[in-house]
Amino acid sequence: MRIEPLFQPVASEARSTRTVSLTFNEQTFEVPAGTSVAAALLMSGIHRFRATPVSEAPRAPYCMMGVCFECLVEIDGVPNRQSCLIEVAQGMRIRSQEGARDLIFQPVNVQTVEVQS
Amino acid sequence: MSHATVDVVVIGAGAAGMSGAVALAGLGLHVVLLDEQGSPGGQIYRGITLAPLSRRDLLGPDYAHGNQLAQALASSSVRYEKGASVWQVTREHQVSYLREGRLHTLQASAVLLATGAMERPFPIPGWTLPGVMSAGAAQILLKSSGLAPSEPVVLAGCGPLLYLLGWQYLRAGVAIKALVDTTRPEDYWRARRHLFAALRAWPYLRKGLDLMRSLRSAGIAHYTGAEALAVEGDDAATALTFNIAGKSRRVASRCVLLHQGVVPNIQFSQSLRARHHWDVDQLCFSPVADPWGELDVPGVFVAGDGAGIGGAQAAAVQGEMAALGIGFQLKKISSFQRDHKAEALRTKLDANLRIRPFLDALYRPREENRIPADDVLVCRCEEVTAGDLRQFVAIGCTGPNQAKSFGRCGMGPCQGRMCGLTVTEVIAKARGVSAAEVGYYRIRPPIKPITLGELAGD
Repeated sequence: MRIEPLFQPVASEARSTRTVSLTFNEQTFEVPAGTSVAAALLMSGIHRFRATPVSEAPRAPYCMMGVCFECLVEIDGVPNRQSCLIEVAQGMRIRSQEGARDLIFQPVNVQTVEVQS
Repeated sequence: MSHATVDVVVIGAGAAGMSGAVALAGLGLHVVLLDEQGSPGGQIYRGITLAPLSRRDLLGPDYAHGNQLAQALASSSVRYEKGASVWQVTREHQVSYLREGRLHTLQASAVLLATGAMERPFPIPGWTLPGVMSAGAAQILLKSSGLAPSEPVVLAGCGPLLYLLGWQYLRAGVAIKALVDTTRPEDYWRARRHLFAALRAWPYLRKGLDLMRSLRSAGIAHYTGAEALAVEGDDAATALTFNIAGKSRRVASRCVLLHQGVVPNIQFSQSLRARHHWDVDQLCFSPVADPWGELDVPGVFVAGDGAGIGGAQAAAVQGEMAALGIGFQLKKISSFQRDHKAEALRTKLDANLRIRPFLDALYRPREENRIPADDVLVCRCEEVTAGDLRQFVAIGCTGPNQAKSFGRCGMGPCQGRMCGLTVTEVIAKARGVSAAEVGYYRIRPPIKPITLGELAGD
């Protein structure tokens, strides 16, 4: 969900000349090159980065320094990336992380079976 | 498996790590400096080498000071590796890290931990809502990306960083809706006995007074002695509510920035099973170290805020002190040379630490903001409340490690970083024993997340 950005460049900041384009949940954004993914999303109006595995409560970055792990997102198919520590790159595909993680490397030859409980 | 060998691995490129690494290289040692960020500076000098001049000016002279350290690092023989996420340090001085998806291990003769500080958790109702951040986080956005809140912001809590951020926002033309200060008259009363020492650290004290004066003269709504802080909102923050002298107040804002001091980041020293002590003045665990910063793990040293909060200038001096200790241990200097050089450093260190007891007393975080009510989330990752913890204690839980098996507290992705101190203090209070007796989580590698594929060298 996109809303009015919570953060914006301060008045004295020159507009960045280099930008990259990336997607968040399939929506495309142009963001300044060199920023962290978390900063780029916050200035693009992304307010909710993930839902918790326990209660699916909405969460967003809290510490911006790699300590709180609230900014976890999926980047280019890899879950649990700390978006405050990763620099944006052209064509990056970012997705919010909804609830608990799936195992990413499922064995291919195992049939899934529906279990009635 | 054979690993590349180096003389010293320094972890963390903040004030202590940069100065320590440069001093070690100056002694003729082969030094590798590993840091998680994309550029040197740590948190206090975050982005110092990349920040445009206008931003550096806005952030103030204390920030610009970091440039000297970064330049010294750049012109030294230190091998600085950015984007290096250290996930393990062993008592035998093996340092394993992940960089650009690849695993590396170094075998060092000595290790210098310079992992700095993190902000103290601020567990109040609603602190997990989007729109609530630590003041340090907001300052990082300003330092590294020139970003600030787009609508009038609420700053709440206490401590120098909170006021510094307010001052920086004023300079940047960012609107501050309210400064909600938890400091009470009795905190000034408690701090007064350290006033004489603080006066001897006049430059520090004057800086603080100047900050407070400019905040006051800017006409910002400044509430003091705030109690019962809580953030309102369903899916995101909408307001901060609090009481002033028993009267309830509400300040609406989508952005609430919390701060109540910083504490040592002790993940590595804990994972090394080094001895720690509970600091009754700073209300946190700190590793026990000798004057050179050496832990009770031979050859592992600690410098800067990770050894106990002293601030950036003290950290830089501690980095140099540790370099002397390591230089002597690795036979680069004699004990005479070490002690001779240390004399001037110690004087400088004492001068830089003089203000601390005053600050620690004045901005001592209030108990209600450290040991919250039952319904407040303590472990953000696994969503364990203070009430849950108290119930665990009622049925026999004695400490943080048992709390894990009682209810997964501290077992989420942050590995207890955001709840550790709160858990210790909640359990200590519930059991009626000291925090020292309750102790801390048993921290184990990997200190940073690593996939099995990365571990296997896929």
